Amino acid sequence: MSTEFIRVDGRLPDQLRPIKMVVGVLDRADGSAYVEQGNTKVLVAVYGPREIHPKHQASLDSAIVRCRYHMAPFSTKERKTPAPSRREVELSKVIKDALSQAIFLENFPRTSIDIFIEVLEADGGTRCASINACSLALANAGIPLRDLVSSVAVGKYKGHIVLDLNDEEDEVAEADMPIAIMLSLNKITLLQVNGVLTEEEFKQAFNLAVKGSMEINRVQRETLRSIYASIKGEED
Amino acid sequence: MKTFKVVSQLVRTRIVDLLNKNSRMDGRGLLDYREIKVEKGFISKAAGSAQVSIGSTKVLAGVKVELGEPFPDVPDKGVLTVNAELVPLASPAFEPGPPDENAVELARIVDRALRETETVDLKMLCIEPGKKVFVVFVDIYVLDYDGNFIDASSLASILALGNARIRKFRVEEGKLKYEDGYIPLPIRHIPVTVTLAKPDDGPFIVDPNLEEEFSLGNRISISIDELGRICGIQKLEGTLSVDEIFEAISTAKNVAPKLIEIVKKESGLNV
Amino acid sequence: MVERRIVLPGELLVEGDYQPGLNVFKYGGGFYASKIGVLSIVKQTVSVIALHGVYEPKIGDVVIGKIIDVGTFSWTVDIKSPYTAVLNASDYFKGRFNPVKDSLIKTLKPGDMIIAQIADFDRTKNPVLTVQGSGLGGITKGVIVELSPSKIPRLIGRKGSMINLLKKEGRCDITIGKNGLIHIVGEKPEDEELVAQAIRKIEKEAHTMGLTDRIMKLMRKGRELNVN
Repeated sequence: MSTEFIRVDGRLPDQLRPIKMVVGVLDRADGSAYVEQGNTKVLVAVYGPREIHPKHQASLDSAIVRCRYHMAPFSTKERKTPAPSRREVELSKVIKDALSQAIFLENFPRTSIDIFIEVLEADGGTRCASINACSLALANAGIPLRDLVSSVAVGKYKGHIVLDLNDEEDEVAEADMPIAIMLSLNKITLLQVNGVLTEEEFKQAFNLAVKGSMEINRVQRETLRSIYASIKGEED
Repeated sequence: MKTFKVVSQLVRTRIVDLLNKNSRMDGRGLLDYREIKVEKGFISKAAGSAQVSIGSTKVLAGVKVELGEPFPDVPDKGVLTVNAELVPLASPAFEPGPPDENAVELARIVDRALRETETVDLKMLCIEPGKKVFVVFVDIYVLDYDGNFIDASSLASILALGNARIRKFRVEEGKLKYEDGYIPLPIRHIPVTVTLAKPDDGPFIVDPNLEEEFSLGNRISISIDELGRICGIQKLEGTLSVDEIFEAISTAKNVAPKLIEIVKKESGLNV
Repeated sequence: MVERRIVLPGELLVEGDYQPGLNVFKYGGGFYASKIGVLSIVKQTVSVIALHGVYEPKIGDVVIGKIIDVGTFSWTVDIKSPYTAVLNASDYFKGRFNPVKDSLIKTLKPGDMIIAQIADFDRTKNPVLTVQGSGLGGITKGVIVELSPSKIPRLIGRKGSMINLLKKEGRCDITIGKNGLIHIVGEKPEDEELVAQAIRKIEKEAHTMGLTDRIMKLMRKGRELNVN
């Protein structure tokens, strides 16, 4: 990879944007998290496992996951109509699939786990930030998980393979590839390619994505641990 | 839907056992498609259409071309839109109503491969920049669902596009003038989609039928064009390891040329 | 004393000859945590004492629930678990239930709290409660505080050390619902409030060391204030 290439926001090709993660930000939800990756801001609430309505959706041998990815009308340059777009329907599905694999659904028959994602500001990588936030919120809810799911996008921008694209890059990118992975188990739970890549470029991009997800994972773990560390030192 | 998805444990075990011995219940090799049949120009009122069967999975795609406005961010290009319907007659699992998440996902997988490769040269379909362009609608109808409607839909779509004919036209000072005769749409590439599935412990197969789709647990769709470029990937259910992803891609690259051959032969497309 | 190690979902805990306990699963040769919690290895059993999580009903558990609906033959009870529970009128009226004479709504109405035991529950049906047993039945006085169900063991303490401390120093009767609702009854509201305060401290600091000592201090200090 060429390290001389400097991106529109001054980053190197393999550099993530600044990350901020907070868990337990909502009081009513069973689990919640807020994630910023650059200017992308995502808020997630998890409810459940809980009784399912309508009842006919229930599965007798496991919990089901329902997921709503939604963009706030003010999250984009042009106002986004609040009605769900086809993109939002698809993203709700792929995010649900990316997370379901991590949850011990078989522990909670006949219940639902409901995940609500609100993209407050969209500046590229919203589905990845959403997955990262959902994973934190699920852990925060005490829902049993096989692993945290860590997600990041890579892309091909002006011929360069770059990590964690912002909106400006994404708009002109030749290809955009989000992945989500359970790192300790080496299991990919989301992979999409939107664009054109040769097999070589794909490999390069994919390896960069895995590397990026490790950094995301590190921040996720630190975030979860830090809640307890801060109390640990408290004296009365 | 629930009862429909239940495959007997006996069948499930048998499918996986056979895969590990390099064979399948219907006698196919691991990387063999079921018989692919193509019927073109099925719908005379459509600009182009094609019905594709892969085994007993059957998909009909129709192309309509109408006048419309371009997107504001690409004022000098025509518009391509892909829509998919999982019509209730195709399966006890499909219900009437607006496209559900599976239909939306299908449409967007097909759409992406066509769009990212610029398969349809949309610049050729501009009449008056910012005002008037041709809009190409690809409507996918899944008619009979015995697994793998994604590959069937992507084949049907490119064939319907290749088969489409529009009135011959010229543009004079931003005005559309029709001439005698018909011309094909400007098609530049042939993207196809290869769907692979594998059990947790066992090899990849291509073109899973319905029982295989429900039994194997891990599935991925990879779109490849005639230049061997990757032009879309969607991991579907389950999980795959890093090495498995690489294996899936090289397998898809090896299998795709057979599908592209079928498209070339049936459509006469020569790109 | 060994350090309390906080572990996270997907964290490799140990490898080798172990048995997976609570909130631990085996994958390949390794044992991994499935929840945020404190690692515990007792003999060859690896478990994680979870710091969060919903109450999962078990037959025999004493729980505290809230009546949320009244039917013809039963009450629906929220026990803060993924499943709402059922209390049958035949159980409440000891089998002498007469739907013509006995009025469920006059007996327990929505909002009423009960202490009950889980009589029946499996994967196919919601928990069934019983109020036949000592200490079970409707709640008429005292206060109820919430505690994460996963922190109940901490509230009880080693051989009951923590709960006995609270009862003795707080001069209250305390009933622990396994579902994370705690019923406190004292002679004076200040006594009840002091115990409630202590329980909230346990909620916050469950995973820290020396908690029993700090609770003891809190109780003694509170007692002095209450007396004055």
